[in-house]
Amino acid sequence: MKRTIFRNQLLPWLLLAPQLVITFVFFLWPAAQAVKQSFLREDAFGTRTSFVGLANFEKLWGNAEYLNSLQVTAVFAISVTILSMGLSLILAVAVDRMIRSSRVYTTLLVWPYAVAPAVAGILWWFIFNPTIGIMPYVLAQVGYDWNHISSKSDAMTLVVIASAWKQISYNFLFFVAGLQAIPASLREAAAIDGAGPVRRFFDITFPLLSPTTFFLLVVNIVYAMFDTFGVIDATTEGGPAQATNIMVYKVYFDGFVGQNMGSSAAQSVVLMMLVLVLTVVQFRYVEKKVEY
Amino acid sequence: MIENRPGLNLLAHLTLIFGVCVVALPVWVAFVASTHGATDFMSGTIPMWPGPHLVENYSQMLGAGVSTSGTPPVATMMLNSLIMALAIAIGKIAISILSAFAIVYFRFPLRGLAFWCIFITLMLPVEVRIVPTFQVVADLGLLNSYAGLSIPLIASATATFLFRQVFLTIPDELTEAARIDGAGPMKFFRDILLPLSRSNIAALFVILFIYGWNQYLWPLLVTTSSDYYTIVAGIKRMADAVDGLPQWHLVMATAMLAMIPPVAVVIGMQRLFVKGLVETEK
Repeated sequence: MKRTIFRNQLLPWLLLAPQLVITFVFFLWPAAQAVKQSFLREDAFGTRTSFVGLANFEKLWGNAEYLNSLQVTAVFAISVTILSMGLSLILAVAVDRMIRSSRVYTTLLVWPYAVAPAVAGILWWFIFNPTIGIMPYVLAQVGYDWNHISSKSDAMTLVVIASAWKQISYNFLFFVAGLQAIPASLREAAAIDGAGPVRRFFDITFPLLSPTTFFLLVVNIVYAMFDTFGVIDATTEGGPAQATNIMVYKVYFDGFVGQNMGSSAAQSVVLMMLVLVLTVVQFRYVEKKVEY
Repeated sequence: MIENRPGLNLLAHLTLIFGVCVVALPVWVAFVASTHGATDFMSGTIPMWPGPHLVENYSQMLGAGVSTSGTPPVATMMLNSLIMALAIAIGKIAISILSAFAIVYFRFPLRGLAFWCIFITLMLPVEVRIVPTFQVVADLGLLNSYAGLSIPLIASATATFLFRQVFLTIPDELTEAARIDGAGPMKFFRDILLPLSRSNIAALFVILFIYGWNQYLWPLLVTTSSDYYTIVAGIKRMADAVDGLPQWHLVMATAMLAMIPPVAVVIGMQRLFVKGLVETEK
């Protein structure tokens, strides 16, 4: 709180006006429309709309495709988070040992942050292309027949790898910062007490890193759920047979391609509530600093 | 480092080199593919070393594009991306620094409500409210325009919070001194706040430029005229169009061109980039 303030009454509103207008027109109004739409149903010709209460939501819970999408989203988000955070933690611990070369390694590891998810998708799509890609060729040598166009699990693996690849640099930077914040004296003391590197990692470094880990956990789940639209759309488009149809993609697909406004709006509302929960979790628990 | 263990150091180096290679693999493959001719992909697997068609492929894409895919030349798409990225970055910084100034340095009725209106945008990423937002933009007649591409994306709670945080650390004595010297609020903003937050603005700009350049879903929806295609959204249309007739060398050349500007920004301004990343997530 500032003690010294200016007394104008009109000026602050003028300063806030641009942001408030944009927020209202492009955020609050559409969000309100989504909520309203989710209680309505249009007839087949789009001429009459009627209020149907919670029917759109009830239909979602009975819809096998939607339940499948929930499951796909969970598998996808958890896999991306674990893969990307695991790799980044290993790389961050390795860089933490370096003195002179850490800057070079950091530069070589951070740039994928700048690659658009859609482009990341295209790159991995090409590498795994069943006819000309390298990976299917390598996998064929060990007897695995890769085909993400027909195999559900191959398609899921592909989008998980592409999404995790892009997120490695972000996690890496935060893990490095977290590791540097751990006082060296603690690890030195443990070393004097005879703890080896592995023991020191699990008993000191990893527990003290938990605020960073928890923060990244939330960020990665949010990333996998909402920012990976480009990866999915550029590669599998939700297929084969709904195997990679995550919730964000389904909202778009049902709304724009399927023209099912009521259902799409109900899905939007469910997603908004999910973001709300994740934001609250992030704000409440990150503040509290998870630590042992 | 606690004690000297050459074995562990070697292991760490090997891990890092392996990591760097894995991270670079897709881009290397894309680069190699973009230097070959169309017939080199018929043989079965793609080559692992660059071919002789680098200049030819890239100049074809920049100048003419793939006529069959209905996408404009890549140079046009890159220009559109640049305009959109700059508009989003500058627009976001401008509106959020003003609103942070209003929230921190003034007391007025409904201040709390205004703050919450901005805060709530954190919870509404464009992907979750995509259909109604598209409707609003269509009703306003902003489809196929730079305004439609950028304005709906420039309201941001994160940038406002960042500037609020910065302003809260600026000592009150400066404000008092400015007021005693007879400076009004706008003069104080221009001559004291702006210069003091210069490095934060630069760091935020790097992050927002990348954010803007990499937008995908939004440009895909609001641009139906190829004059306004952005490169990240255009590349998908191109890949779709060449599905029947594989022109992977051209798609990969486009992918490289889509990556180069934001990657160059990250590598060239690494210090600002890291600062921006850490600050916006606080």
